[in-house]
Amino acid sequence: MGTPIDLHSTAAEQAHDLAVARKDILRIATAGSVDDGKSTLIGRLLFDSKAVFEDQYAAIERASRGDYVDLALLTDGLRAEREQGITIDVAYRYFSTPRRTFILADTPGHVQYTRNMVTGASTADLAIVLVDARKGMVEQSRRHAFLASLLRVPHLVVAVNKMDLVDWSEEVYEQIRDEFSAFATKLDVPDLTVVPISALQGDNVVTRSANMPWYEGTSLLHHLEHVHVASDRNLVDTRFPVQYVIRPQSDAFHDYRGYAGRVAAGVLRPGDEVQVLPSGLTTTVAGIDGPDGPLDAAFPPMSVTVRLADDLDVSRGDLICRPHNAPQVTQDLDALVCWMADAPLVPRMRLAVKHTTRTVRAMVKELQYRLDVNTLHRETDAPQLGLNDIGRVRLRTTQPLFIDDYHRNRVTGRFILIDEATNATVGAGMLTPAG
Amino acid sequence: MTTADHRLTQLQTLEAESIHVLREVAAESERPVLLFSGGKDSIVMLELARKAFGPARIPFPVMHVDTGLNFPEVLEFRDKRVAELGVELVVASVPDAIAAGTVREEPNGSRNRIQTPVLLDAVEEHGFTALFGGARRDEDKARAKERVFSFRDEFGQWDPKNQRPELWDLYNGRTHLGESIRVFPLSNWTELDIWGYIAQEEIAIPPLYLARERDVVDRGGMLYAVNEFITPRDGEQVLRESVRYRTVGDANLTAAVRSTATDVEEVIAEIAVTRLTERGATRGDDKVSDAAMEDRKKEGYF
Repeated sequence: MGTPIDLHSTAAEQAHDLAVARKDILRIATAGSVDDGKSTLIGRLLFDSKAVFEDQYAAIERASRGDYVDLALLTDGLRAEREQGITIDVAYRYFSTPRRTFILADTPGHVQYTRNMVTGASTADLAIVLVDARKGMVEQSRRHAFLASLLRVPHLVVAVNKMDLVDWSEEVYEQIRDEFSAFATKLDVPDLTVVPISALQGDNVVTRSANMPWYEGTSLLHHLEHVHVASDRNLVDTRFPVQYVIRPQSDAFHDYRGYAGRVAAGVLRPGDEVQVLPSGLTTTVAGIDGPDGPLDAAFPPMSVTVRLADDLDVSRGDLICRPHNAPQVTQDLDALVCWMADAPLVPRMRLAVKHTTRTVRAMVKELQYRLDVNTLHRETDAPQLGLNDIGRVRLRTTQPLFIDDYHRNRVTGRFILIDEATNATVGAGMLTPAG
Repeated sequence: MTTADHRLTQLQTLEAESIHVLREVAAESERPVLLFSGGKDSIVMLELARKAFGPARIPFPVMHVDTGLNFPEVLEFRDKRVAELGVELVVASVPDAIAAGTVREEPNGSRNRIQTPVLLDAVEEHGFTALFGGARRDEDKARAKERVFSFRDEFGQWDPKNQRPELWDLYNGRTHLGESIRVFPLSNWTELDIWGYIAQEEIAIPPLYLARERDVVDRGGMLYAVNEFITPRDGEQVLRESVRYRTVGDANLTAAVRSTATDVEEVIAEIAVTRLTERGATRGDDKVSDAAMEDRKKEGYF
């Protein structure tokens, strides 16, 4: 139990100030197999950023075999996983530095890789793909980079790990970097950074490595702290899907009628002229209420309540936008779909589609092609999409949806597919232009 | 709120995410309920619910699974908060269930496991379809893998190998009759975020969380305050120590930590420099085994 902490010590005061400092959040997805040293890298980030507690460290110290404390054990999973020697699912880790706070989705590399990677990458600002310096770029590295680009993760980092095992060779690093850069141009990756590291020894993870003086870039953590993400959002095309209607029906707020939701894109201000879909009626924003009262602007990812000047019939599933910048209103969806169920996706299949706050039924009209994730080859004669397959699908919905291309807007360009018999989530869709 | 650069702080981002989750469930689930224990996490969750639906009232009841082993300060706090917000309180009573014979007291005196069937019975009785819980992913490795929307079968069981993929913020809360969804709006908050938010929003908390001099006994390195559930055993010495609670569970099992933190800012300073996880430091029930939480969760525990 120890003695109480001196709360007036410099250390305590500094710790307090760091804890309450205004920081932003960076969401990271990591991909790679156990053999690539991913667990060691995550353990290293957690340990060196002091996200590891004494009792956790003591537990892994006891469990470690060999000369050093095995940091990979910090990300050790459930007993059910250890028993079967597999990693089941995405695990979320949290750590922070004076500059930023990080939410890391740790996605297993082998089993169900597409499903897990897509889940982890769906919310990520940045993806880290691990490559073993001895093996170079392998099929799995391509797959992970492709999935990150498919999900439009704005920033991709390739961590070339185990540099200690290739004598810190600049040539090895350069070869992998060049190969990856060439591949990335095919994928339309907007921002690629390649960092040579040794997760085991800590080189270039938190601090610059003395073993690789030829490397002119920053350490991995420095990059994570400084990568510019504010401009990744779409602040141009105003989109506000109505999530919930707030009507207090109390004496104090007799006439209050607010449309609650999360700003999907753009900036909404009181006085703005807006259009409501599907009715197409226009009105102005009378006011915007945030969690702490009236706001002068609302932008992604804020959860707010919008009040309109006119008494229109607006309900959940409707969308508020600007009159001359509306999304496409359509019942025909063209999308790249990641299929996540054992039973395959086949033409004529009926599914539910959840898109923003709107849920409709849909039928699979056509499977245009199945994509070979390793070669990016399009198989136009594929009869179905199996578990973990990705393909281009055309759907027809029972009601119109208000959509944008996923490239343009990650919020209004995405949907999930639900099997109405089992209630399972069976697919993820990213809308693409028709054709 | 600074809007000049269109950026949010970490607490604003987490707040927006949690409010989105609360509203989504209120919109899609037939009969949600919010689990409220009077502990700090559920206090923050209730505050977020207030903000999510204001100026209207919170559109669902709150439920307390009462083990009969509560700190009186916490019960007092619960009743006060519920009255202030004008929400309906449902109490699922473990002592009542023991009296009715539906559950049996365990030899070690812990009611942690037996509160699960009591919870499930109350869910069935009231027809609740979604249950908000204040769990956070940073608490435990079993939590780290749990979805924001955690699907449970008719026995409330969690199957870690068969979780629904959770993509973007498009949540699937569909259930068949008898099944339910546990929803964790605070999934991405850390202990420090909770305290930072309590400080920033000036949220009232039960006095147990702040340090004062209390009579305690030392059991296996853990300090337990002497109260109606903990009496000194033979050979145990009662010590007078300045202590506070980092978590508030059952009064017979929750240990206190030595502390001089008498206000929320001091608590934050203390936690920021403390290198002991919450549960490891204070919860006797998680010391049983490395996988204690995993086992309880599979049985339907929160």
